[in-house]
Formats: sequence, C-alpha cells, structure tokens
Amino acid sequence: MQARQRDSLLVASLKDSLGGAVITFALACVMVGLKVDVASGRGAELFLEHRWFAVAVAVVTVFAGRFLMNMFFWKRDDAPSIGLSGFLPKGGLGNGTTSVLKYAMVALAVVLPFALMFWLGARGSRQYIDLAILVLTYVMLGWGLNIVVGLAGLLDLGYVAFYAVGAYSYALLAHYFGFSFWLCLPLAGILAAFWGIILGFPVLRLRGDYLAIVTLAFGEIIRVVLLNWYEFTGGPDGLSGIPRPSFFGLEFTRGEGGFADFFGLKFSSIHRIIFLYYLIFAMALFTNFVTMRLRRMPIGRAWEALREDEIACRALGINTTTTKLTAFALGAMFAGFAGSFFATRQGFISPESFTFLESAIILAIVVLGGLGSQIGVVIAAIVMIGGFEFFREFEEYRMLVFGMIMVVIMVWKPRGLISSRTPSVALSKNAKGISADLVQEGHG
Amino acid sequence: MDYFLQQLINGVTLGSIYGLIAIGYTMVYGIIGMINFAHGDIFMVGSFIALVIIVALGITAATPVLLLILALALVLVVAMALTAVWGWTVERIAYRPLRGSFRLAPLITAIGASIALQNFVQVSQGAKNKPLQPLISGGFQLTDGGADGSGFVVNLSYVQILIVVTTVILMLGFTYLINNTSLGRSQRACEQDRKMAALLGVNVDRTISLTFVMGASLAAVAGLMFLLYYGVVDFYIGFLAGVKAFTAAVLGGIGSLPGAMLGGLLIGLIETFWSGYFSVEYKDVAAFSILAIVLIFMPEGLLGQPEVEKV
Amino acid sequence: MSTWDTNPVLKVEHLTMRFGGLTAINDLSFNVGRGDITALIGPNGAGKTTVFNCITGFYKPTEGRLVMNRSIGEKHLLERMADFKITADAKVARTFQNIRLFGGMTILENLMVAQHNPLMVASNWTIGGLLGLGGYKKSNVDAIETAKYWLERIDLIDRADAPAADLSYGDQRRLEIARAMCTGPELLCLDEPAAGLNPKESLELNNLLQYIRKEHDTSVLLIEHDMSVVMEISDHVVVLDYGVKISDGTPEFVKNDPHVIAAYLGVEDDEVELVEEEVGL
Repeated sequence: MQARQRDSLLVASLKDSLGGAVITFALACVMVGLKVDVASGRGAELFLEHRWFAVAVAVVTVFAGRFLMNMFFWKRDDAPSIGLSGFLPKGGLGNGTTSVLKYAMVALAVVLPFALMFWLGARGSRQYIDLAILVLTYVMLGWGLNIVVGLAGLLDLGYVAFYAVGAYSYALLAHYFGFSFWLCLPLAGILAAFWGIILGFPVLRLRGDYLAIVTLAFGEIIRVVLLNWYEFTGGPDGLSGIPRPSFFGLEFTRGEGGFADFFGLKFSSIHRIIFLYYLIFAMALFTNFVTMRLRRMPIGRAWEALREDEIACRALGINTTTTKLTAFALGAMFAGFAGSFFATRQGFISPESFTFLESAIILAIVVLGGLGSQIGVVIAAIVMIGGFEFFREFEEYRMLVFGMIMVVIMVWKPRGLISSRTPSVALSKNAKGISADLVQEGHG
Repeated sequence: MDYFLQQLINGVTLGSIYGLIAIGYTMVYGIIGMINFAHGDIFMVGSFIALVIIVALGITAATPVLLLILALALVLVVAMALTAVWGWTVERIAYRPLRGSFRLAPLITAIGASIALQNFVQVSQGAKNKPLQPLISGGFQLTDGGADGSGFVVNLSYVQILIVVTTVILMLGFTYLINNTSLGRSQRACEQDRKMAALLGVNVDRTISLTFVMGASLAAVAGLMFLLYYGVVDFYIGFLAGVKAFTAAVLGGIGSLPGAMLGGLLIGLIETFWSGYFSVEYKDVAAFSILAIVLIFMPEGLLGQPEVEKV
Repeated sequence: MSTWDTNPVLKVEHLTMRFGGLTAINDLSFNVGRGDITALIGPNGAGKTTVFNCITGFYKPTEGRLVMNRSIGEKHLLERMADFKITADAKVARTFQNIRLFGGMTILENLMVAQHNPLMVASNWTIGGLLGLGGYKKSNVDAIETAKYWLERIDLIDRADAPAADLSYGDQRRLEIARAMCTGPELLCLDEPAAGLNPKESLELNNLLQYIRKEHDTSVLLIEHDMSVVMEISDHVVVLDYGVKISDGTPEFVKNDPHVIAAYLGVEDDEVELVEEEVGL
C-alpha cells in the first residue's frame, strides 16, 4: 500500500512532462508543422511548407519546462509556493501607496511632454508623446467604462459603439455644418449619451452574459451600418479632412495668425501634438473628477448598491431602470467625448477603428486594472497599450502575445491589479479599503 | 417559388453549420454558465486543420469517388481529434484556474484566448485567404428553369446533401450520448448543481473537460463543412460564425441541444432569405438584430426553460 | 372590534396568487392594524413569503387587492405599483429571508443607500450636488445623522466603516432592519427576522422591534417560525396553511385554535383532541 501510494518524484514528473509534450505535439503538428500557402502565379494552388523543427522546439521546450517545474516546484511537498503566483509579486497596493501613486502620476503626466522634449528634442519625442496620447485616450475610455462595468456592474461589450458615435458625430457635424471642435465636443457627448439611452433602455433588464452579448450585437450593428451607409458615412473609405482643434481660436498652422505666430514661437508641428496631449489629459481628468464626485453622491452609491444586489435596491425604493440608464448614458457620454477627440486627432476615421476588438481591449483594461479602481485603469492602460506599442517590431506576434497576456494576468489576479474598494463615505478618518473578495461583480 | 426553394436549401445547409457550432456554446453555457468566446475561433482552427490535412493528403476533385469519401472521413476524424485537443487546452489554461472565481475573469480570459487563437493562426498559417478548389462538384438539378429557360434553376449540390446528412447523424449521435450514457448523466448533473455532483462522486473537472472536447470536435466538423461549402477560409472567420452560432444557441434556448440545432437552422434560413430578398450588406445586421430581439423579448429562447427570479 | 379592523394600515383583500397550475395563495384576506406587530405564521410552504412578495411588489398577484392606508391619508393600491414605488411612495419596507445586504459596502453606506430617494431630491437629481449647490451638503449630513442614530440603536456605531459582509449573522439581521427603517417606512415587513439567531440575539431583536413600534409610528408585519417570539411580541397573529387562512386573532386566541394545532401537528381536525390528550395539553 505504502509502496504504490505515489510514484517517486522523478517518475511523476516524467509522466506529467510526457503528457505535456504529447499535448503540445497534438496542438502543433498540424497548425505549426505544416503551413498551407497560396502559390502565386500557379492558379492560386495550395501547397505545403514544412516546419517540423519548430514543432520539435515547442515539444522539447514544453517537456523540459514542465519537467523542471515539476521537479523543483509543482510536485514537491516542500515547494514554497506553486504555480504562476509564486513568481509574481503578491497582493494589491495598499491605500496609502495608491494615493501617493496617484499624485505622482498626475505630476508625471503634467511634466511629461516637456521632459521628453528636453531629453529627446522635438523630433525624437514626438512618437513618445503620440504614445502617451494614445494611452491617455484609453485611460479616459477605461474610466468611462468603469462607471458602467466597475460601479454599476453592467457588462458592456459594445462600448466602442459610443466611441464611434462620438467620432462620427464630430466628423459629420464638421463636414455638413462646419461646426468647430469646441462646439462639437459637447454635442458628441450628448449624442453618445442619447444613443446610450436608446440602446440601453430595452436591454437593461437583461442580466450578466446576456447583457454582454446584446451590447456586443449593438456595437456590431452600428459598425456594419457605418460600413454600408456609403452616402452618409463614406462607408469603408471613412471620412477624412476632419478639422483640427484650435487653441482658443488659434489654429496650429504655419504663418500669420497661427498659434506659433501669436506667441512669437517658431512654428513646429510638435505644438499641436503637445496641445492634443494636454487636451486629452484634461478630458481624462475631467472624467475622473466627475466619476469620483458621483461616487460620493446618492446616484453613485445606488450604482454600487445595484452591483451588489439589485433586488435589495428595489426593496429600498431605488428605481433600478433609471439608475442603470444614467450609468449607461454617462459612460456613453465619456466615450463620445473621447471619440470626438479621436476624430480630431486622427483627422480621419473609418469603421475599422471601431471593431469589437476595441471594446474587448477597453473592457480588458477595466477588468485587469481592478473593477471600480480608477488608478488600476491607469496602470492597466499603460501596461496594455504602452506594452503593445513597445513591441511594435514584433508586428505580427504582438496581438498573439497581447491575447496571451490577457489570459495570464487574469489567471494570476482574477480581481485585477488593484483590488480593494474605498468606501464612499466614512465616519472615521482612517477607514480601511474593502477587500475585493467581499465586493460583488454585479449581475446585470 | 423556385427561387424560394433554392434559398431554403441554402439556408438549411448554412443552418446546419451554425447548429454544429452552436452546440458547443450551448453545452458549455449549460455546464459552467459562461460564454466560451473562443469557441468561434476553435471552429476556425478546426477548419484550418481540415484544410492542412486535405492539402497534405493531396485530395483533389480528381480523386476517385470511393477514395475521396474515405479520405474525407479520415480528414473528419483527425480534424475532430486535433481540434478537440485545442478545445481541451483552452479550457485547461484559460478557464479551469478561474473556476468558481469572479464571474468576469473567465470572460476576459475567453476574449484573450480568442485573440490569441486568431493571431496564432495568422502567424502560423499566414493572413492570406486560403482558397480550396471544390472537391465535390455537381448535384441534382431540381428544376430545369422552364421550357423557355426563363425560370430559376434550383440546384441541390452533393456538398449540401453531405453537410445536412452529416449534421443529422452527428446530432442523433450526440443526443444519444447525452441522454443515455453515464457521461451524459454526469454532464446533466453538473449542469444542475456542480457541488452536489462532486459530492456524489462525479468527476466535475473531467466532465467539464469532456464537454469542451465534444464542443470542439463538433466545431471541427462545422469547420470542415464550412471549408467544403465555401471553399475558402481565413483566420477571421471564427468571430462572425461564432457570434451567429451563439445567436442560434440563444434563439433555441441556451442549454438545450435540440434548441441549438433549431436555432442554427433558423439563423441560417433568416440569413439566406435576408440576403436573397433584401440586401446582402445588412445580413449581419439581421442576425445581430434577431439576437437582440430574442434576448430582450424571450430570453429563455424557443426550447429553453424560463429562469425564475428568486427573491 | 379589534384595532386591526378599525384602523388598518394594510388591508389584504381576496389575494390569490397562482404559478402556472399551482395556487400558492387562495383568496386570502386579513388586516394589519396601525401600530401593531402582526405575525404571519404557518408551516413550511404555506405561502407566507409569497404574501410578502405580493405586498412588496416582487410578484403581481393573480387576483385581489392590497390597500395601504398611509397616516397622511393617502391610499395606495399596492398590486398596481412597481416594486420600488411601493417602498418610495407607499412607504412599505421589507427585509429578506436570506439576508440581502450590500456586502461589499460599509455598514454606513448600506444605510446611506436606503436614503437614496430623499437624497436624490436634495441633490436636484445629481445635477445640483455635482455643481456643489447648497441644500445637498446639509441633507447629506442629515442622512449621516440618521444613519448614526440607527447604528446606535443596533449597537454597530463602532463598526460603521466595516464592510457589511464582515458582520456576524445576528448583526446582519439587525442591520437589514435598520436599513429598511432608513427608508422611513410606515409598514415594515420582516421575513423570518429571528431565523438562526441565538437566544441573546433573539432578545435584542425583540427589543428593537418593540422600540420601532413605540418610537416610530411604524407598524410591523413579520413572518416567523419561532412560536415563542411570535407569542411574546405580536398583537395579532394570522395563520396560513396551504395558501389559505386558517386562523386570525390575538396570540391567545390563535394558540388555542384547534385548526392551528392541527395544521402544526399535521393531523385532521377531529383527531386534535386525541393528540392534545396524548401530549398532555
């Protein structure tokens, strides 16, 4: 009995690693080992390319990797900690750390463009400021979606639809009526919020995954309509020549009356980039400010209560429909703002920018950051978007890595990077954060 | 009328493919209550595996009929087996560690797995469309278009017959499997109450793994059928097919096997008729609108059970 | 005439609730007296919680009328109102058999959420509050004071900033009652408030209910299994069995009603005396 109770460490490890190797071979033999390619010029015939070396590398790597892990971590009784979590830092950030982090981040964001200019010069810093603008756009979108998913607990997979509504609103209003950016910005937000209410009204009684899938469907419907309504939206060609924003009426153009001329600076295209940077920074901060303020108000508390227990909310006299709708509309509004920023920054938009993948990325930023956590969204956006751009050289591999990283982070920290909730109101000065294990994720 | 008949035939064929994919969604949703977002991409992987094997075996339209049938059967079996491994792996890596955790986490890993699979295939097989010369050509001509040739010629191709027949056989087989075997019993037990099933000695992990394996192998069948029917695949076919198959599963009533099949047929028919009579551009809008309408007005679907709100 | 007939806060008239073919409540009529503690008792599956769900709007009754008479003279027909309106306008609050607190929010936040409607008005439906207009700030402070008042009543003032899910079972029960009271109800419906409580917690609960009745013009309707609780604190008892009312009156009256004894002991009416002799009543 005792003897055959357990295989020895070595045998057990070998067995397990062999299993892993066999699975890897099954996965890779066809999909990696053979590549179907289209022969050009031979009547589009298909032919095979063999890559057995790659399969061998994969199989051996898995075998050796699993064997070593088994020998030294997984199957040892005295192993300090097992699995992935053993290699990664533990625990979330404490409340004190996050508040310091918060101010540090804001300060860093304020000086960033000038610091970059100082170090790298106008030419060299441009791509980094562009990247920072992109990250900030996602931060703003993440904060907007955080209202819907993080606070109200409504799973929205079609968030990009409102981003699209904002972008197209600006582009079309500018195109047909010649409205300026500063007039269109609020209009785009209002229109997006309006669409949020229209789409939200019928679907908000759905719960959980069903809500997710309907919002996904709405997002796709809007995209397909944008794609096919050629006369109005330009279809797949998109809309170009979208006017750039002005600085209190000053255009960022060369020569007389431009921004550079007015301030007596030498004209440089970096001026507009920096202006766009501070514009999105201000818009993102505004989103955060409104959200944080709302969280301390009855509507914000009702959102969170809704996430915790919808039935109890109804028993307390809260109109859950309007409460959900306000969350939906507000989230949509911020997406609309971000959308019109996107349009004015790019100068060109097409339905291609508003695919399901965008929604998925924004949702991933919110969930990876830690539902309801504003600072978590920032960290996740920097990691995901920044990291994504950083690996630009690996062009075709980076989406693959992106997908795998989503899986890995989620498995490592299912509750996201920052997983503690700050009470919206407290009697004592030093109220502690609430562990995410107690916080519900919402059902609607 | 003839045009209608042709659309009907095309719709049933397309519906069979959707139905096969929808079963994977419905079984997984039934047992662990999550939308397996990566399932559409498993279908895509399945069709790629089938394509590679077809090319590797050198099957062409010139292959003698008997040999062709044998070879396709072999392709089917190997593709089912290998795709099943993919389904199993995705469950093992992306879903199992999160079982019983936060509900949104597996949704995000599913989306991550979907992105990873799509791009893996893009990297390993290239981004170009892969056109396959038709292997099975010909069929029955049901109407001759009238004596003056003004009518519409209705074709029922051999491929269409093959697809529908294979689907029916597999459906019957799987229904038997679920209703009459111990595997099916454990599966239904896990659907009802996973904890209790575990307490009664059902190996829950294994049952769930097998559910993914079954779903993936059916998706592989759908992948092969898709390849034979359309003759072209690319790494992006999984998303749309996946969303439509999910629509089918919801329309039929999620968790119900016959419901998935019925939903698949309906979605296939709606899509073909919409394209045939209205506009091809908006056929996806039609499918998505149906999804939204069904979920809003009858979330339990056609054959599903209504969910009662517990207070 | 007893108070519940002369001055009822809630009149349940011919209430019937069917689920498909199953009749959960059949033609039930009773009154809840103003200022009374009324108990709704009955064996498991008698339909007590269904009655609650009808009163609080979670179910729409198949037939019947539910009339709420507010102290300011308004009449509300509850069967026609949406569930949240019943709490907001008709001033009926409830607790749940399986406690439904907002576990991830603090105890104080739970009580603040309960004051949602007046605070929404005070904040001009968020807009005024967002812009920092007066009014809201004061109402917010008042709401915190109300919450503190109830926290003192249920002895949880020291734990105000702790998450509700961290509380013990008995504390959670009392917090749920306090939360319901923060909506300012005229009728408080409690679904098995004493279930799972130990004797000490039971006693605290009794005191809390007596206090609510005495100090707050709130009538109480409760479902209870524990007979000792029911007999001790209630003024009026309604007994249900299989969705039908089998007895209605003072605790003294109900205690000696042979129908009740039969229902609880599971015997036919004519066997009651036999059983009573056996158990020595």
